[in-house]
Amino acid sequence: MTDIIEQESCDVAIIGAGPSGLSAATMLKKSGIQRIVVLEREAEAGGIPRHCGHPPFGIREYQRVLTGPAYAKKLVETALSAGVNITLKTTVTMLGSGGELSIVSPAGSRKLTAKRVLLATGIRETPRSARLVSGNRALGICTTGALQSMVYLKNRIPFRRPVVVGTEIVSFSALLTCRDASFQPVAMLEEKLRPSVRWPIYELTRWFGVPLYLQTEIVNILGNERVEAVQVSDKNGKVRDIACDGVLFTGQYTPESNLARISHLTLDPETNSPDVDEFGRCSDPVYYAAGNVVQPPCNQAKVPIYYVAGNLPNPVDNAGQCWSQGRAAAKNIVKDLAGNLPFS
Amino acid sequence: MNDQQYNKKSKAHDAETDNNTLLADADVAIIGGGVVGCAVARRMVLEGASAVLVEKGADILGGASKGNSAILHTGFDTPEGSLELECVRNGYDEYLEIRKSLNLPVLKSGALIAAWTAEEEELFPGILEKAHHNGVEDMRLLSRSEVLKLEPNLSGNIRAVIAVPREYVIDPWSAPLAYLLQAIENGGKAIFNAEVISGDFDGSRWLLQTKHGKIRADYVINSAGLYGDLLDHDVLSKTEFTIKPRKGQFVVFDKVANSLIRSIIYPVPTERTRGIVIFPTIFGNVVVGPTAEEQESRDDASVDKANLKVLLAQAIKKVPALANIPVTATYAGIRAATEKKEYRIIEDSDRHWITLGGIRSTGLTSALGLARHVHQLLTNQGADFCAIPNPSVPRVPNLAEHLPRDWQTPGYGEIVCHCEMVTQREISAALEGPLSAGDFEGLKRRTRATMGRCQGFYCSASLAELTEGKFAEPLAVGTIND
Repeated sequence: MTDIIEQESCDVAIIGAGPSGLSAATMLKKSGIQRIVVLEREAEAGGIPRHCGHPPFGIREYQRVLTGPAYAKKLVETALSAGVNITLKTTVTMLGSGGELSIVSPAGSRKLTAKRVLLATGIRETPRSARLVSGNRALGICTTGALQSMVYLKNRIPFRRPVVVGTEIVSFSALLTCRDASFQPVAMLEEKLRPSVRWPIYELTRWFGVPLYLQTEIVNILGNERVEAVQVSDKNGKVRDIACDGVLFTGQYTPESNLARISHLTLDPETNSPDVDEFGRCSDPVYYAAGNVVQPPCNQAKVPIYYVAGNLPNPVDNAGQCWSQGRAAAKNIVKDLAGNLPFS
Repeated sequence: MNDQQYNKKSKAHDAETDNNTLLADADVAIIGGGVVGCAVARRMVLEGASAVLVEKGADILGGASKGNSAILHTGFDTPEGSLELECVRNGYDEYLEIRKSLNLPVLKSGALIAAWTAEEEELFPGILEKAHHNGVEDMRLLSRSEVLKLEPNLSGNIRAVIAVPREYVIDPWSAPLAYLLQAIENGGKAIFNAEVISGDFDGSRWLLQTKHGKIRADYVINSAGLYGDLLDHDVLSKTEFTIKPRKGQFVVFDKVANSLIRSIIYPVPTERTRGIVIFPTIFGNVVVGPTAEEQESRDDASVDKANLKVLLAQAIKKVPALANIPVTATYAGIRAATEKKEYRIIEDSDRHWITLGGIRSTGLTSALGLARHVHQLLTNQGADFCAIPNPSVPRVPNLAEHLPRDWQTPGYGEIVCHCEMVTQREISAALEGPLSAGDFEGLKRRTRATMGRCQGFYCSASLAELTEGKFAEPLAVGTIND
């Protein structure tokens, strides 16, 4: 892994060194594509699993149960040993037509032209602001991503008695993180009738002693410098205070698709994902997208049937699925570079 | 978990200074580190006075100045013949004169006053007439086709528009930072965490008692903003006005909206308020706001969902394409309005005290003008300062999106906040120097960190590490013991 990329052109540039980007890179390399560059803006490769410090990861990929960081490490090792070039601290600032990327690293700004580009920029949670939640702007308000990177990468905690908003898979991942960091949320809130996850996952709240309030909405955040309490409204509209020192907004994933949005590529206005065809190809066929940055249209959501209608979670894929999608995209890119992929 | 180390900063502060320590002895003490206080401090120092700015918070701009619409106003709709108009015009000119040397940006967006109904359109002649009286001669009516050519994303049912070509967008936080920094670099002083609780005037000089020590000064300028009336009451035992806090909420759209709107879009103003504006920011976003909500609290800058939704609906009605743009942030500011519309500049010349009260929406523009006015008032009171030759001119970091940012110069370390492209070098710089960030909000205002679309999803952890031990209220409340 290097901080500096030297070449001016490559066969395939992959943006993002998470599960889908790394699996795609490994597969491309194994398929005989020579000049592959993975561009990662962080100082470390591995993506979100790096700061998801609990199992289960890696079952599909390595037939083992790993924690997120161990899984991320393995993904990176696999890619490196296949001969993939991962470039760190390198940010793509613009997607140009014909695969011309504007990139910047601490060494300076430059262009890199790739025959094909794979967008594997992943996904993030919707923060408080975009949810239009009422109340003050105080310290102690964050998303699971922020909490987990603080806990697992920096050994720090942003609060000790948070209220957790949401009941998606990631919300329970957040509960595990709180337990790992030896503190306990004071409540978990779900606006809807039922939790977004299926039984028995939500029983975790009981095991951890975290009260789960259904049909309960956060209506206000109180506190000046730091969060002191939240006001919640129940199904009858009755409002009460819950004392806490933080608010953790979990889930409501949104693709990290800004690069595509500011480029010539078209986006699906419903999902905010780049528009892709059945091969994962974007509106400019030099570009592909894979992993969580591609969210399926809502009406075709890859949602298991046990979810209750009207209570659909955003179908964020787990790392294993992203890994598979990265491989699938890589196979299509290989065919495409050989001239064997039809136009859709 | 380890709590102790995190409160070092505030504790250390307590230990170093007790209430009897003399913190400063100056010609002029300025109470309140909002944009007005910062501008006055700069002017005083440039005119040769020794000046000390006293702020109750840990950083500048924690009150009314933290949330506004960041517009450099021409004064086209400011009351005719008012002191406010004089200060707005002088402040406008001075900003444009000094901004390059201080590295302060301006986005020459221009503004459009947009009429959506016949009743609104009927008010146009009056607006134009007032503007001409106020010396803003370049405003003109645009035809519908001219408007839609200029702003093709405005809703097609717009009726008529007046263009205000010289209404501009500026950086509302870097400007006051630059003013105070210039004051400090030329001998001025700024003292934080020092709320003024009382004061004695002995017939020639003031002795102010703050929570962290005493300050002696010949003259006192009250620029305490939302608390200006209370400060007068506490120290002078009289007050001629009452602050009527008026909250304004705003919704910030993602930067992709930048291509949708180029001008500031004003509604036709009413007696009470300019109304809800859609405007580009210097940072590349588009914002809708403010609301105008009277409230009792001088501190409650909370947002509420119902009003945010109203703002969103208003914005989408006027610029339909905004419906597809994600919301990046929401915020509220509190205007220091009073029971009257005009500025409340009150002199107690016997006691060498000047109160700058009721500085509302126009304060960002008028601050430099007000500062000159204060100098004039002090001169009239007998103060005799001699302007310093060749003052040093600090350059503040650029945060404007349309100008080169720090990440475009190699050697920045790494990018910490990816959404706003904030570098490690920028964070370090904001945590150092004579006017380093005093709290996390201050760091955000100096660098933009966490102010982008992910709101700290990716960078909170790094920021917690980089700011450790710097703020009394830290990002991380503890560490995990292995």
